[in-house]
Amino acid sequence: MAIGKARYSFGGDEHIYVEFSEEMSLEAFFKGMAMSQALAQKRLPGISEICPANASYQVKFDPDVIHPRKVLEILEEIEREQSSADLEIETRIIEVPVLYGDPWTTETLLRFRERHQDPNSTDLEYAARVNNFKSVDDFIAAHSESPWFVSMVGFVAGLPWLFQLVERAKQIEVPKYLRPRTDTPKLTIGHGGCFACIYSVRGAGGYQMFGVTPAPIFDPSQSLPYLKDFMCLFKPGDIVKFKPIDRATYDGHLREIEAGTFDLRMRPVSFSLSKFLADPQGYNRTLVEALHGN
Amino acid sequence: MAIEVIKPGLATTVQDAGREGYYNVGIPLSGALDQYSFRAANLLVGNEENAAVLECALMAPELRFTAAAIVAVTGGNCQPKVDGVVAPLNESFAVSAGSVVSFDFMRLGARAYVAVAGGIDVPVILGSRSTYGLGAFGGFQGRKLAAGDVVPTGIARPGARPGRRIPDALVTPLPKEVELRVVPGLYYHRITDEAAAGFFEDTWSVAPEADRIGYRYKNGRPLKFRDRVQPFGAGSDPSNIVDAGYPYGSIQVPGGVEPIILHRDAVSGGGYAMIGTVISADMDKIAQMQPNYKARFVRVDLDEALAARAAYKSRLGQLRAALT
Repeated sequence: MAIGKARYSFGGDEHIYVEFSEEMSLEAFFKGMAMSQALAQKRLPGISEICPANASYQVKFDPDVIHPRKVLEILEEIEREQSSADLEIETRIIEVPVLYGDPWTTETLLRFRERHQDPNSTDLEYAARVNNFKSVDDFIAAHSESPWFVSMVGFVAGLPWLFQLVERAKQIEVPKYLRPRTDTPKLTIGHGGCFACIYSVRGAGGYQMFGVTPAPIFDPSQSLPYLKDFMCLFKPGDIVKFKPIDRATYDGHLREIEAGTFDLRMRPVSFSLSKFLADPQGYNRTLVEALHGN
Repeated sequence: MAIEVIKPGLATTVQDAGREGYYNVGIPLSGALDQYSFRAANLLVGNEENAAVLECALMAPELRFTAAAIVAVTGGNCQPKVDGVVAPLNESFAVSAGSVVSFDFMRLGARAYVAVAGGIDVPVILGSRSTYGLGAFGGFQGRKLAAGDVVPTGIARPGARPGRRIPDALVTPLPKEVELRVVPGLYYHRITDEAAAGFFEDTWSVAPEADRIGYRYKNGRPLKFRDRVQPFGAGSDPSNIVDAGYPYGSIQVPGGVEPIILHRDAVSGGGYAMIGTVISADMDKIAQMQPNYKARFVRVDLDEALAARAAYKSRLGQLRAALT
């Protein structure tokens, strides 16, 4: 599954867009992550934004400081310097509690049923069925057992796209709603195509809705400990492990959030693409152990 | 010193030069959409060039000044009045304590910039005073102004005086038909040759969905995408790609129907193929387009884009020289 040479394209006079692959893959994401980290480390004057995405990344620069063709030259050089064998990144794993099938997304999905492929099922029932799971419980187990990479952050502030760390055949795939909803509860766990997301703010959306997390992931007032340094929790390259919780635990977390005492479990980890590919399930177990170790 | 909002106008927000460096987590540049007019307004009242101002879209507000102030209005052509008496556009004027500044309708252009000597004094968040509406932070309480708001202003610099005027040749042009120069690229190869030709041949009109996030254009022929088996993760419509970052000024065509140009409050990424990017020198022009104003897209290459950027900077240099 080696990725070929990237495709480079100027986005006007201030951007270069780099596509690693037309299709989503862990290799494409990883190459973008590694290249954008390598570029960031160079701290080049005139480079103002480095934005890794799922299978691509883009760079914004000031052409009055650095010529666009010079930026292109540097990006191509970074690509040449990287041997695909040693792609490894330093990152962290974060546990995100989820109340699956919660009352708020359920109320919302019922309100927009005429925009859905299957008006007679819930989004969870539909996703479980089209992915050949025997039950919603089996689907939730698959969704929450294997960790996910934050493959991109954006659309709006702090919203993560997530790509699950499993083989292609085990990827959960669900189409988006036929027509987008005009409403999605804040902190909804969504899914569209092969990507999960967490809606950082309330608003329109087209992804299937599976549950909510009590944990704020974007807060300009920065009132919780893990948002003190920055108002957005997620960065591209973070690893997320969903943890199913019940209503009582959810309500307990809300009280802790109110009191300002709620915190998330997170641990630093390094992630090696080759080690993961050699044994995805075994490697995921070591990641989850790292989350729960001290 | 402060400004009391009597009527908020349609969409009046606090903006400055914007915040860079957070697009990788979905926080866009924000800042004045027409950077030239914004800078001109500050220079007229003796401010730092990137002090915060009020950006007023289509229908400007009505404001009461609690103390005497020096004010300038640039960009969109909406006649200011002080206590009902006509005041000049593109020239600084004095406002006395308790006076009300109101505006006529927007005759030409789409965004007026109201600078006050001393600047709009809201908190700096992530390096900028600009409003980011979708994220509900920055500017005045993270939102557009509402009636009853009291917006604080800073202390005027010693050079602030009435009667400073932009030379006619350096006033923001406000044409109803605009040429927008585009560098084709990104996923340009995904549309058919016929669609690409039509994109540059047709005259497009600004659709009602035109705001700080993006401008939608209508009345051109649909842009057909080349048939293909959609790649894994890319979504089912031929205009879909694996979700990716959107450059500022990039042009996406959801469903191949109507092009949308992203501006400074851009959604930072998504799953629609972009077919090119409006050059940096032409982004201000978009900011001054009302619904139904017309645009032609003109194909340019990178070197032409850089030459246009140099010309834009040179004009800004002339403006600085004329006003400082």
